[in-house]
Amino acid sequence: MRLVIIGLEQAGVGMRLSPLWQRRLAVFAGHRRGRVSLYIFAVVFVVSMAANFIANDKPLLLDYQGRLYVPAVQFIPATSFGPQYLPTEADFTNPAIKAVINAHGWMVWPLIPYSYDTIVWDAGPVAPSPPSWRNWLGTDEVSRDVLARVIYGLRLSILFGFGLTIVASAVGIVAGAVQGFYGGLTDLLFQRFIEIWSGMPQLFLLIILASIIAPSFWVLLLFLLLFSWMSLTGVVRAEFLRARNLDYVRAAKALGVPDWQIMLRHMLPNAMIATLTFLPFILSNSVTVLASLDFLGFGMPPGSPSLGELVSEAKNNLAAPWLAFTAFATLGGILILLIFIGEAVRDAFDPRKTQ
Amino acid sequence: MTLLSVSNLTLRAGARTLVDDVSFNVAAGETLAIAGESGSGKTLSALSVLNLLPPGITHAGGVVRLDDINVATATRAEIQNIRGGTAGIIFQEPLSSLNPLQRVGKQVAEAMTLHGKFSKTSLREKVNALLAEVGLPDAQRIANSYPHLLSGGQRQRIMIAMALANDPKLLIADEPTTALDVTLEKQILDLIQTAQKARGLGVLLITHNLSLVRRYAQRVLVLDAGKPIESNTTDQIFGSPRAPQTKRLLAARDMAPPPGVPDAPVILQVQNLTVKFPILQGVLRRKIGEVAAVDDVSFTLHAGETLGLVGESGSGKSTIGLALLRLIKFQGRVLFNAVPSTAIDLASLPKRQLRGIRAQLQIVFQDPYGSLAPRLTIEDIIAEGLTIHQPGLNPAQRREKVAATLHDVGLAADAMPRYPHEFSGGQRQRIAIARALILEPKILVLDEPTSALDVTVQAEILALLRALQTRHNIAYLFISHDLRVIRALTHRVMVLKSGRVVELAAASSVFNNPAAAYTKTLLAASGLQ
Repeated sequence: MRLVIIGLEQAGVGMRLSPLWQRRLAVFAGHRRGRVSLYIFAVVFVVSMAANFIANDKPLLLDYQGRLYVPAVQFIPATSFGPQYLPTEADFTNPAIKAVINAHGWMVWPLIPYSYDTIVWDAGPVAPSPPSWRNWLGTDEVSRDVLARVIYGLRLSILFGFGLTIVASAVGIVAGAVQGFYGGLTDLLFQRFIEIWSGMPQLFLLIILASIIAPSFWVLLLFLLLFSWMSLTGVVRAEFLRARNLDYVRAAKALGVPDWQIMLRHMLPNAMIATLTFLPFILSNSVTVLASLDFLGFGMPPGSPSLGELVSEAKNNLAAPWLAFTAFATLGGILILLIFIGEAVRDAFDPRKTQ
Repeated sequence: MTLLSVSNLTLRAGARTLVDDVSFNVAAGETLAIAGESGSGKTLSALSVLNLLPPGITHAGGVVRLDDINVATATRAEIQNIRGGTAGIIFQEPLSSLNPLQRVGKQVAEAMTLHGKFSKTSLREKVNALLAEVGLPDAQRIANSYPHLLSGGQRQRIMIAMALANDPKLLIADEPTTALDVTLEKQILDLIQTAQKARGLGVLLITHNLSLVRRYAQRVLVLDAGKPIESNTTDQIFGSPRAPQTKRLLAARDMAPPPGVPDAPVILQVQNLTVKFPILQGVLRRKIGEVAAVDDVSFTLHAGETLGLVGESGSGKSTIGLALLRLIKFQGRVLFNAVPSTAIDLASLPKRQLRGIRAQLQIVFQDPYGSLAPRLTIEDIIAEGLTIHQPGLNPAQRREKVAATLHDVGLAADAMPRYPHEFSGGQRQRIAIARALILEPKILVLDEPTSALDVTVQAEILALLRALQTRHNIAYLFISHDLRVIRALTHRVMVLKSGRVVELAAASSVFNNPAAAYTKTLLAASGLQ
């Protein structure tokens, strides 16, 4: 990791990264806990993004009668393996199909031969079955492989978190920028609006929403966006209020530079520091929100791989402690990683440490 | 008797030598001034007397003896006895030197109790006596005030009271008046002088202001880049300076007035300019009144001439500059003759048309560090106005113009891809001037453009401004609190006090024959009369 960061620094020199940014990178690189957390998070991120190739109930590659197939990304009708099947997607867990393929070729399976919704029929006599060589973290109450669900659940959580963070930050920055730049009545009215808006009972609204339309990934993202854009507004507003009276902003006004250009070129870079510092914390917050909604049953549709659902299953099956342990370690682990990265970023942007 | 003797002091930060082989002595009852530009090591030399060097700076050599104690080898208890006991210190910025959460009387009392035991009543009496001595007659009320309730001058008096609290033998004054107006500057230094005479103090005065040195010090040590340049009595330094650096410092102080301009057409006519700020109170921030920062000011500006705006802080001089550029709201008329005899009233001009006029009215601010966007290259900064006012230029033409303007302000074209933090204060101010100049303005508002700079750099910038004025025939509105700078640059002078015009006349008559009493006070405080 240190090598990667040093490489970044050198690339930075090539891109004329300012010395301040080089110092910030150096502080971040010197922050051991944050650096290691970033490293682990990167691995988790890559693994979960490649979930289809790591945990899947379809082979990665198969050779059947001299033809190569890639079932993990390809639609392969079952009729390919015999005329007696229907032209739906082939079920590679079907022992008959397995036998046919093995007789006329070979298959390469992913590390975990289960997807998040694969039912493991032969896991054991009772539904949450304990960890074994086949199901490393055991199975859940509907006999699905827990590790596969964790990997897919992480992917969903991280993507949802990033999506919500990016969109909410963009909206929040624009809102804060407008308030801070124009000040006066605009600021006053906007502030009061935010106060009222943030007083809305988010959870009740979500419960009402869930009874009207079935929440999906996009519906949840949009709905949570309505309330989470406010987290950055205050910081950005304060930065813009401060920057409004800086001499170089005044000089730009005296030059006749249009307002939007002053905000973008002269003031936004100031606010970016505060924003970047906040981002990892907003990200971890988004992950928590999704998990808690799933736990309560108002989140993703049933059956989707979600960390919150895992927690609720763990609560319902106290006799199966591997569920609780997995849920705790996964959710706690990802949040701790994000917090540690956030702390390192905050230190890197701390002027007392870089100047 | 020698009170303080510093011999061959050398201070280092890493491999850099910050103070190089400096020696000086201070006797009881005497004032030694250490003069020099910023970064010359004058403050560090003084701090080493109290063993108060900032972390990272090492004492590499030399002996500091204060009252026959070697400071370097003194025990902790001895050092604590020196700090605030044998030697008192006054810092530059009184607001940040006082604890904002404690009443000042308590802070003065604390300085005493650290070095001796007093009963409660005698302590209060002593504090009150001390406050009276430093010219705060209403001692009881002042002692019960928090620092933010006091004015800058009062705060500095409190600092002096704290420094004098334990009858020190040596008083170190580190730029004690830099943050204060000229009239206050004189009062504070007179106060220090009175205390010195009454108590027989040795005073170590650290300053960059040579006129203070001349009036208050018996002997002077001139430092330049950490090296001692010249040490002599004040009369000899000012009468016959030997070292070239000293001569440069002295020359920078006295610049001749500018050559007069022949009758030029009026380019700007300001009529009854008034800027009012609302006074808000209560939860709903209701307006309960108004305070006029600029009150009914009228003046004219001719093409190619310089009008100086002088006044203390709060006199509204900067506000006038901002109002002319319509950066703040104002009442009154500002008639701008872009083309002779076609006056445009800037006050009522629609925003869109104002944007076109802006190229002809430019401003340079005081703080060269704050007036350049830190994340843009010099080329981006200077070319910003061009992209708006001459959008037809292609990138090559724009670069050419930027390079030409940089040359005009005395910088090389290789500055273009660099960032502001790579430049010194003086160079930054040149960049700020180039940003305004590239639009070929007719009027340039200069808001204290040299106040944040060292005297020699100040002189260079003033010379540059003069050269630019004759080359491009720009009218300057020059705002400054420093009468020496005003004298070196302006043709006419307007003296302001609390937003009102006190005097408006030709520079020569203001300086040689001031009409208003307030102008006379200002001149006396600056040592010009």
